[in-house]
Amino acid sequence: MNLNNKTELLHKKYIQSLKRENRWVRFYQLVIFVVFFAGWELFSQKQWIDPLIFSAPSKVWSLFINKVIDGSLFMDLGYTLTETVFGFILGTLLGTILAAILWWSPFLSKVLDPYLVILNSMPKVALGPILIVALGPSMTSIIAMGAIISVIITTIVVYTSFREVDANYLKVLQTFGANRFQSFKEAILPASFPTIISTLKVNVGLSWVGVIVGEFLVSQRGLGYLIIYGFQVFNFTLVLLSLLVIAVFATIMYQLVELLEKKLIKHN
Amino acid sequence: MGFLKIDEIHHTYFSKSSATTALSNISLEVEEGEFISFLGPSGCGKTTLLSIIAGLLKPTEGKVTLENQTLEKAHHQIGYMLQQDYLFPWKTIEENILLGLRLNNLLTREKKQATIALLKQIGLEGVEKQYPSQLSGGMRQRAALVRTLATEPKLLLLDEPFSALDYQTKLRLEDLVSNTLKSFGKTAILVTHDIGEAIAMSDRIYLFSPRPGQIYQTFTIPEQLRALTPFHARNHEKYPEIFQKIWKELEQIEPEQ
Repeated sequence: MNLNNKTELLHKKYIQSLKRENRWVRFYQLVIFVVFFAGWELFSQKQWIDPLIFSAPSKVWSLFINKVIDGSLFMDLGYTLTETVFGFILGTLLGTILAAILWWSPFLSKVLDPYLVILNSMPKVALGPILIVALGPSMTSIIAMGAIISVIITTIVVYTSFREVDANYLKVLQTFGANRFQSFKEAILPASFPTIISTLKVNVGLSWVGVIVGEFLVSQRGLGYLIIYGFQVFNFTLVLLSLLVIAVFATIMYQLVELLEKKLIKHN
Repeated sequence: MGFLKIDEIHHTYFSKSSATTALSNISLEVEEGEFISFLGPSGCGKTTLLSIIAGLLKPTEGKVTLENQTLEKAHHQIGYMLQQDYLFPWKTIEENILLGLRLNNLLTREKKQATIALLKQIGLEGVEKQYPSQLSGGMRQRAALVRTLATEPKLLLLDEPFSALDYQTKLRLEDLVSNTLKSFGKTAILVTHDIGEAIAMSDRIYLFSPRPGQIYQTFTIPEQLRALTPFHARNHEKYPEIFQKIWKELEQIEPEQ
């Protein structure tokens, strides 16, 4: 009885210490946030940094309020977000499908191997001008940009993970008479979910890069356009505002992927 | 009138630099309900032969028939158990044990109930909704046995299924597997390098010699030992005698370096 009480007490203490640590982590995270923005404001006010280039949080904030009131921020954000989400989904989906095709046909994968290496090492943003001329300066070409930047690396990473699935899982399925499609569905794909999720996380960042570069080139609307426009008229407050908005939404997308991860990988 | 006939099997593995003969001139017959062991040092082609019997590997020469049918037709009549359980970690125990039935479109309500009942019978009650990672090694291997038996195979192939377990669990599982197979009247082939295990569990032992894999000798286990469970067979007075005999033969095959 006594021993039981003691264990319980120790367990409570342990939980408390975990909570305390957690609180300190949150506290320091907040400190960094406050120090960064307060410092930025202070340095800018005192002209220790050039306020023309680095602007100030207060200026960014008032621009933000203005653009929220006239609604223009939502319009640009809407375009960019739509393009990014589509580019991201398309890139990941196409990459995974390509990986599945390569797994299906070992001969094809041998044939295509050098081309994949070439395509992967090529800087995809350099394809931007061609895409825009071919597809027109529209949302389509920007979405293509967001997809193309992630599709090859997704293919390579996911295909590698398909091939590294323990052969004994396939042996189990073969002894039950499973065909190649069943083997893929029951073992190869679910065993690769962790890898697919981690490429999703990488692709979130990549598709933002593709879309912003696409908007630089098309220069009609969207957050990428705001950045290039702000740069051309030397309105760095606008550039920084766009950057902060991108940071917030890229983080949200990343969190959504983590949510998906928890849904998809239930065991252990 | 053999149940399983293995006829003049030769198998050679090819690689860029060499051709390795893994099996040479293997012929044997197994009657229904028998428990057979393939015993031998590593590299003697035991697992290769098992893969051929399971239809996973096409032999370079020779053929295998089950009830006078070639293996292509006998596919779902053979169950295979591996060294480790290889339960799919992302599937629950229930999904795992019903996998074979589902893949062959044989999953009916009765079969499902029978499989869950088998799980209980084998001492795993109430774990259906759990994931394999929540079970101990012995429990997982038992679940794997249920998965193998669920499709009601006529022939069971056991590829060192106890080698990854601790000694106590291994002895318990030997008894469990032996009793379960006997009660269902299943025919089984066990691959092992454990002499004791082979004696305790089998009716007959084929001793293999390596490079290339050949049947070196056949031992028939006496009736007294066969009637006992593996655990009690290990304590029978005849057990050490047979152990010594096989040990000597193994020494002949692979003299100490």
